[in-house]
Amino acid sequence: MRSSRNSWLTVVVLFAALIVLALLSANSLGSFGITILSGLFQGMLLFLVASGLSIVFGLMDVLNLAQGAYFMIGAYVAYDIQHAGGLIDVTAAIPDPNIRFVFAVIGAILVGAGLGMLLERGLLRPLYSRPIFQLVLTFGFSLVLIEIVKAVWSTTPYSWTEMFGIREGFFELFGQRFSTYRLFVVGAGFALIIVIGLLLQRTRTGIIIRAGVEDREMVQALGINIKMIFTLVFTLGCAVAALGGAIAAPFLGASITLGNAFLLQAVAVVVLGGMGSYGGTAVASILVGLAISVAQDVAIGTNFAALSSITPMLLLVLVLLLRPSGLFGSSR
Amino acid sequence: MSENVLEVSNIHTFIGGFHILEGVSVRVPIGAITVLLGRNGAGKTTTLRSIMGITPPIQGSITFCGIPISGKSSNTIAQMGIGFVPEHRAIFKELTVLENLQIAERKRGDLARKSDFIFELFPDLKRLISLPGGSLSGGQQQMLAVARALVPDNRLLLIDEPSEGLAPVIIEHMIRAIERLSADVSVLLVEQNFRVASKLAQNYVIIEEGQSPAQGRISDLIKDEVLIQRYLGVA
Repeated sequence: MRSSRNSWLTVVVLFAALIVLALLSANSLGSFGITILSGLFQGMLLFLVASGLSIVFGLMDVLNLAQGAYFMIGAYVAYDIQHAGGLIDVTAAIPDPNIRFVFAVIGAILVGAGLGMLLERGLLRPLYSRPIFQLVLTFGFSLVLIEIVKAVWSTTPYSWTEMFGIREGFFELFGQRFSTYRLFVVGAGFALIIVIGLLLQRTRTGIIIRAGVEDREMVQALGINIKMIFTLVFTLGCAVAALGGAIAAPFLGASITLGNAFLLQAVAVVVLGGMGSYGGTAVASILVGLAISVAQDVAIGTNFAALSSITPMLLLVLVLLLRPSGLFGSSR
Repeated sequence: MSENVLEVSNIHTFIGGFHILEGVSVRVPIGAITVLLGRNGAGKTTTLRSIMGITPPIQGSITFCGIPISGKSSNTIAQMGIGFVPEHRAIFKELTVLENLQIAERKRGDLARKSDFIFELFPDLKRLISLPGGSLSGGQQQMLAVARALVPDNRLLLIDEPSEGLAPVIIEHMIRAIERLSADVSVLLVEQNFRVASKLAQNYVIIEEGQSPAQGRISDLIKDEVLIQRYLGVA
């Protein structure tokens, strides 16, 4: 109980420090709003990569280094479905770009899920008792995915050109224009945090996953096929990462470096939140997103443009000094 | 049909290259409590874990209700009707008492059907239903671990050290509970406490250095001071 109180106290202090820094570096309420919204946007994208990483690690003790590649694949698949002249050209069949975007996101989720299931059932399953082999395998698989992307879509990065309703929209607050799409991503991220949270807390599958994080041998001894749960969780984690890539693509485009850039930050988020803690991952994603955004603001006009890139690691070091198991991690 | 719910014949189990069980045989008659006795490290817990398929034997046979189960995964063995209460309880500390019970359901409605019996056996659990398992005392955790094994329709319970680390008053409670539940289900128990074992069980199997040199009626063992001295070191 006391540990939980200390965790929340640390979180509140860190959030307060970031808000104060954001206020100090902003020259108006409008730019402060942009910093916060941008931070939440980045935080939600990070959550989409980190949540799968965290649940899979908690349940299966597998650090899936291919998680970033699934994010990248999601971006490419969504880009391809949305734009004319791609591998899957549906522009004639679905002329409305808004509806096409929905299909693009669903397509990305399905491809992510399919590739996730392939990796878990086909390659990872025989290596559950060999953690080092798992790391090498998932890292190798991410390289294979990158090579497949290069072969299919070339190495040239794609910028999203096809506009649709929420991507085009803006709204005004404190005299500043905010992108409706960023707000959509933040909303979708929060909705997903709640949906996955409800899945974990309120369903039988969720109870099994939480129990499996603690003691999978005992879960199995209760008559539950833990391998099936492994497949389900791994597939879900990859699908969520691909979803992240799909909804990030209209803003960030699709490129082969997209996945690894997010993977490193996502690993920092998972450790910061506490390995295997879903709630910790959600909180840490928002913290890191805000910290990156504030660092970008602070770095304006200085010669230290790299500040935002190293901020997740600085935050990680700071938190681990205070709480070696991360914000909400157990000391298992 | 055999009169034994479980027959373990000459099993050999290795853990990390160590030959732990070197030919253990155990028979558990239907409707009886059988206890595995022996010194620390003799192989009692490994015997239960081998039956459960957690550390599967590489040789020998295990049949449950006449069906061979060696080589099957532990979830399949549990689905066949064997409940397991491991050493140190292994309750899920982050889950509430209710969730700890719900997770043991094999069919929808298992808990609803058994809740009256479970809460009659362990009334404390009803009061603690919404608390996390980790906040329970050792005795309460043991009750929860046994209760969890009672949720589905099991025909055999494997219970490892139910009295370990418990206060005498809780041990008495646990003895009464196991006696009660044995009316419906056969029990194979590991128990270090000879007084508890002799009070509860009808049959015994002595495990010594990974083998099972003696087994029979506990009423006969109580009279056999030589056997008790040799294998259990109890005066």
